[in-house]
Amino acid sequence: MNWVLNNLALIGERTLDHLAIAVPAIILSFVLSVPIGWVANRYRASNGVLLWLSGSLLAVSGLLYAIPSLPLFLALPAIIGTGLRDPINVVIGLTLYGIALMVRATADALASVDPNVEQSATAMGFSGWSRFWKVELPLAGPVLLAGIRVVSVSTVSLTTVGAVLGIESLGLLFTDGLQRNIPGEIYAGIVLTILIAVVLDGILVLCGRLLMPWRHAAAPKQQAPTELVVNA
Amino acid sequence: MNLIVDAIAWILDPAHYGGPNGIGVRLIEHLWISVVSLVIAGAIAIPAGFLIGHTGTGRAAAVLVSGGVRALPTLGLISILGLSIGIGVQAPIIAFVVLAIPSMLAGAYAGFEAIDRRIVDSARSVGMTEWQIVGRVELPLGLPLLIGGIRSATLQVIATATLAAYISGGGLGSFIFLGLRTNDYTQMLAGSILVIALAIAFEGAFSALQRLVVPAGVRAGQRTKVRSGSPRSAAEAE
Amino acid sequence: MIEFRSVTKRFPGGTVAVDDFNLVLPSRKTTVLVGSSGSGKTTLLRMINRMVDLTSGTIEIDGEDTSALEPVALRRRIGYVMQNSGLLPHFTVIENVATVPVLNGVPRKRAFSDALALLDTVGLERSLADRYPSQLSGGQQQRVGVARGLAADPNILLMDEPFGAVDPIVRDELQQELIRLQRELDKTVVFVTHDIDEAFLIGDQVVILEQGGRIAQVGSPSEIMADPASDFVSSFIGADRGKRALSIRHTERGAVLVDGFGRAAGVLVEGVAVASVAVESEESTSS
Repeated sequence: MNWVLNNLALIGERTLDHLAIAVPAIILSFVLSVPIGWVANRYRASNGVLLWLSGSLLAVSGLLYAIPSLPLFLALPAIIGTGLRDPINVVIGLTLYGIALMVRATADALASVDPNVEQSATAMGFSGWSRFWKVELPLAGPVLLAGIRVVSVSTVSLTTVGAVLGIESLGLLFTDGLQRNIPGEIYAGIVLTILIAVVLDGILVLCGRLLMPWRHAAAPKQQAPTELVVNA
Repeated sequence: MNLIVDAIAWILDPAHYGGPNGIGVRLIEHLWISVVSLVIAGAIAIPAGFLIGHTGTGRAAAVLVSGGVRALPTLGLISILGLSIGIGVQAPIIAFVVLAIPSMLAGAYAGFEAIDRRIVDSARSVGMTEWQIVGRVELPLGLPLLIGGIRSATLQVIATATLAAYISGGGLGSFIFLGLRTNDYTQMLAGSILVIALAIAFEGAFSALQRLVVPAGVRAGQRTKVRSGSPRSAAEAE
Repeated sequence: MIEFRSVTKRFPGGTVAVDDFNLVLPSRKTTVLVGSSGSGKTTLLRMINRMVDLTSGTIEIDGEDTSALEPVALRRRIGYVMQNSGLLPHFTVIENVATVPVLNGVPRKRAFSDALALLDTVGLERSLADRYPSQLSGGQQQRVGVARGLAADPNILLMDEPFGAVDPIVRDELQQELIRLQRELDKTVVFVTHDIDEAFLIGDQVVILEQGGRIAQVGSPSEIMADPASDFVSSFIGADRGKRALSIRHTERGAVLVDGFGRAAGVLVEGVAVASVAVESEESTSS
C-alpha cells in the first residue's frame, strides 16, 4: 500500500499509457470490422467467388484470433518494419484481434436481423444504403454491442502483455513488481486493469442505451457470443 | 522479410533441436503445461457447467465469475503468483487453470441451455431419470458447444503458455524470453513462429473435430433447413 | 380409470392453475380436456404422469394413488404425446420409438422389431425407420410421436395438443387415424386441445374448462351440444352462432339445414344411424 501511495504519479502515467494503446485499438477494430463483417454476411448465401470471399473472411478472422499475442507483437516489426519496442505494434496487434472477433460478431449481428423487417423496409421504399443505416445497423446493434464489449475487455487485458517487451502500460507494474519483489505494485496493476475494463464496459453499455432506446421498452434475450474470449 | 528468413533458418537448424533447451524439449514442456492446466480446469469447470446447465441455477454467478476472470490480466496473475509461490512451473499452471475455466464453464452450460426445453421435457415425460436425461440427451446435444468451449480454452492456454517462460516455467516461450534478454531478435522471432504454428495447428484440428461431433440428427436437420428454407429449430452448432 | 380428487395446483409465485378439481376419467374411453389458454388443461394432463406435482389432493389410477409411485416408473407405463412431437433430434425414428422399451431393459433387437411393427400401426412406411426427425414432415413426426407413446404398450395415453402444429388437412387425417387406433387398441386416452371441433370429434367424454381449471361442463359431445350448461359453454362451443347453430329452412324443393350465417349446411336425413355407417366404412377400408 505504501508503494502505491508513494507512486501515484507513476501509476497515473501508466494508466494513461494503457488507455493510449487500448482505446484506439478498440475504436479501430470496431470501425474496420463493420464493413468487413457486412461483406462476409452479405455474400454468405451467395455462390462462386463471393461465397468464397465471405467464407475466407470468416476463416481468416478465426485463424487470426488463434495467433498468440506476444508472438504477434514480436513478429509485427519483422513484417511492417517498426521498432521492437514501439507501442504501435501493440495497437496494431490488438486491432487485428479486435477485427478477428468483430468480423464474425458483425456478420452474426447482421444475420440476426429479422428478414421480414428487412423486406418490409424495402417495401416501404428504403434504398439499399439508407436501409443499412436506418434499419439493419440499428437492429444489429444489440449483438454488435455484445461483440464490442468482449473486444473491449480482452483488449484492455492484453495491452499488459506488451510490458514484456518494455512497452509502457499498466503491465510494466507487473514486470517491475516481480523483479523488485513489490506485491503492492502488481496488485495495483491488476486492480487498475480490471477497473479500466469495467469503466470502458460501462461506457459502452451507456452508449448502447443512448443509441438504442427501444431496447428498454421490451428487452429481448440477446445471444452474447459465448465463444469470444481472451488470448494472451 | 530477411528477418523472417533468418528466423525460419534458425528453426530448421538441426543444432536447435537436441538438449534441454532444444525445440523438442521445449515443445513437450509447452504441451505438457497446457494439458495439465486444461485437465485441471476441465475437472472443475465441466461438471460445474453441467450442473448449472441441467438445473438452470447458478447461471448468474457463473456469468459474473467468467466475466471477472476475463478482465483479469494473465501476466499480472502470473507475476503475483510467481512472487508468492516462487518461479517455476506451478505459478503459470495455476494462472492457466484460471484462464481456461470461463470458456469451459460457458461451453458446458451453454451447450445444455441451447437445447430446446421441449426436448428435455419430452425425455422426462417418457420416463428417463435425471441421469439418463443428462447422459443420453443433454450431453450428446450439448457436445458441439462443449467442444467449442474446450477449443477456446485450449487455444487460449496453448497461446498463453508462452508466458510460462516469463518466470522460468519452460515451454516454447523460452526462446522468446531468452532472445529478449540477449537481444537476439532472430531467436525471438523463431520462438514466435513456433508458437504461432502450434496454435494454428490446434485451431485446425479442433475445427475438424467440432464438425465430427455434431449429432447426426442435428446435422441432417441443418441440411434440410438449408435446402427447404423451412424454419426448424435445429440446435445451432456454432 | 383415472380419478382426480380435490386436486389443487399452485405454482411458485402464487398462480393457481387448478383449484379443487374433481373428475373421473373412465377406462378405455377418450376424455378430452378442452379450454382456452389459462384453463389449466395441460397442467391437469401433466399431473397424471407427475410431470407436474400436486399442491394438494390426490390422483388415482385404477385405485392406486400416484403420489405413492416413483415418477420415472410411472411415466414409463404411461404413453405421452406432445405438440411438436417432442422427438429426440439425435435419435433416428426407430430409436425414438424404442426409447421407452430400451429404458425398460428390453433387448435392443426386440425393441426395434416391435418398434417397426408400431410404425405399421400408426401408418408409417418402414423405410422411414432410419431417418432423423428433422427429415420428416410435421405429420410424419406426429405419427412417430404417437408410435413412441404406444411403444411400452401402456394402458393410458396422454396427448397434449398433439395435432396443434400441423396443417388442417394433415390434422384431419391424424384425427381419423387416432379414432381408428383407439378402436383397435382400446386405451384410456386423455387428450388436451383448445379446438372444440377436435374435442367433439375425438372425445367420448368432453370436459370444457374455464379459467383456473373450473369445469364448465362434462358430458358426451351430444349431451353438451344438446344442452349447454351455461352461456359460457354455449358461446365456447359456438352453439349460438355460426356453423353449429343449424336451423331448418323450408324451400320450394324441400327442407335444408342452414347455419348461423344463413348458408346451406346440409339436409336433414331421418332414421339413419350415421355414425355406425361411418364406422363400418372406416373399418372396411383399413382392414
